Amino acid sequence: MAERERRLTPPYGGVFVARTQVMTAEDLARATRRMAHEIIERNHGLDDVVLIGLQTGGVPLASRLAEALLAIDGTNAPVGMLDVAFYRDDIGLRPVLPEAVTRIPGELTGRTVVLVDDVLFTGRTIRAALDALADHGRARQVQLAVMVDRGHRELPIRPDYVGKNLPTRRDEVVDVNESGVDLGEMHQ
Amino acid sequence: MSAAPARRRSGPARHLLGMSDLGPDVGAGIDEVMTLTDSFVEVNERQIPKVPALRGRTVVSLFFEDSTRTRLSFETAAKRLSADTMTFSVSSSSVKKGESLRDTVETIEAMGVDAIVVRHGSSGVPRQVARWSDAAVINAGDGWHEHPTQALLDCYTIRQHAGSLAGKRVAIVGDVKHSRVARSNVAAFTALGAEVTLVAPPTLLPPSLDGWPVKVTTDLDATLGSIDVCYLLRMQRERMTEALIPSLREYTAGYGLTSRRADRMAADVLIMHPGPMNRGVEIAAEVADRPNAVIVDQVRNGVAVRMAVLFLLLGSGTRWGGDDA
Repeated sequence: MAERERRLTPPYGGVFVARTQVMTAEDLARATRRMAHEIIERNHGLDDVVLIGLQTGGVPLASRLAEALLAIDGTNAPVGMLDVAFYRDDIGLRPVLPEAVTRIPGELTGRTVVLVDDVLFTGRTIRAALDALADHGRARQVQLAVMVDRGHRELPIRPDYVGKNLPTRRDEVVDVNESGVDLGEMHQ
Repeated sequence: MSAAPARRRSGPARHLLGMSDLGPDVGAGIDEVMTLTDSFVEVNERQIPKVPALRGRTVVSLFFEDSTRTRLSFETAAKRLSADTMTFSVSSSSVKKGESLRDTVETIEAMGVDAIVVRHGSSGVPRQVARWSDAAVINAGDGWHEHPTQALLDCYTIRQHAGSLAGKRVAIVGDVKHSRVARSNVAAFTALGAEVTLVAPPTLLPPSLDGWPVKVTTDLDATLGSIDVCYLLRMQRERMTEALIPSLREYTAGYGLTSRRADRMAADVLIMHPGPMNRGVEIAAEVADRPNAVIVDQVRNGVAVRMAVLFLLLGSGTRWGGDDA
């Protein structure tokens, strides 16, 4: 199964070895469509809704969500990307480098921002993302969409839209990719 | 009394003393800085150009030589990363009372600083400071030796305007002998695959160019037609203890980028200068304001590049730069 090198997620420099596939590509597509419906329902349409994908895992997910929103509602929701490296609370404790440049589509003040990430774990990335967002304006509301909620939260943060709730052990690793979602371990 | 809490640091202090600290493959090291600089350029374009990355860190600038742009650039960079900054300027310090460099460094060190930005008129001072100090040391120009952050911002500026340095022909014109900028830039440009030509009168070249991967000529006019970047060095009048050129006017006649010479270059040749400019000496006043003169961009990019350097040394947690045991 899939083996991928993960440079900046713990444990560092290891290789991810997948044990089981918990979602297939079709499951991903269905979950994405459902989440798109929920976003439209919750916000009574897509007026002033902006999707912001978190680097790196949330970025492809945000554009797939945008495609689903377009197919359902016929509306092109603006899509941006956010790198939270400079806002993390573990700078100096672990390797931290931005994966890509942040791109925010227009002014966020007064709009509804849907943060999109692949996996919700401790919640610390989302904490950093909320700080980062605040530097780009005062959003009217911030919502959170994740493909997998794997538990083990360390902060009072909860998602608004979830692809799949997946109970995990702390030392397991969840990997979301184009062909589905894998559960496995890191090998040094 | 309990012991002071351990400072947040992963591994030994890392330094940027010269281009070779960027790693065994200098080109790859420069690429890493450039990629990170892209992120900081975006930060600098924001309405609030500040991120909390280096909150609680202290950066000291220790300048034994006059400088406005480099010191301001480093301090702006540190502030935009939310670090605290302190300035040590020699004219108002105990150095005037006869304090030695070592005592000065140890005094600053005792206040608990994370990075020291050093400029000094003598080559090798930053390396010496790095030996005495646990903080990360950044060379902001030492004597005739190196000025690595200038080279990095020059690479970034060329890349921004010309895409890449690979295969680009760069002329470095003027007082190479006294220029730390030229030394760092030769190392940086050639590491990225550029062809570098030094253009200078023989008296303004270093005594030996052994091992420099460059071409050398004394004829600026013959060079102008076949370059992509024209990098002018400042005539360092304060370092001219001996009569190396007959007069500034004669220097301008042979090596200044006059309007007539600038007209003979292709319109997209980048005109660069590390500043401060002597308008009318190495560059004509009007030439410095042409659209292909990117001197202001160099200054602008300097802040983002120095943010990248500070972040790599203090924040990224990745091993980078040479450890001077």
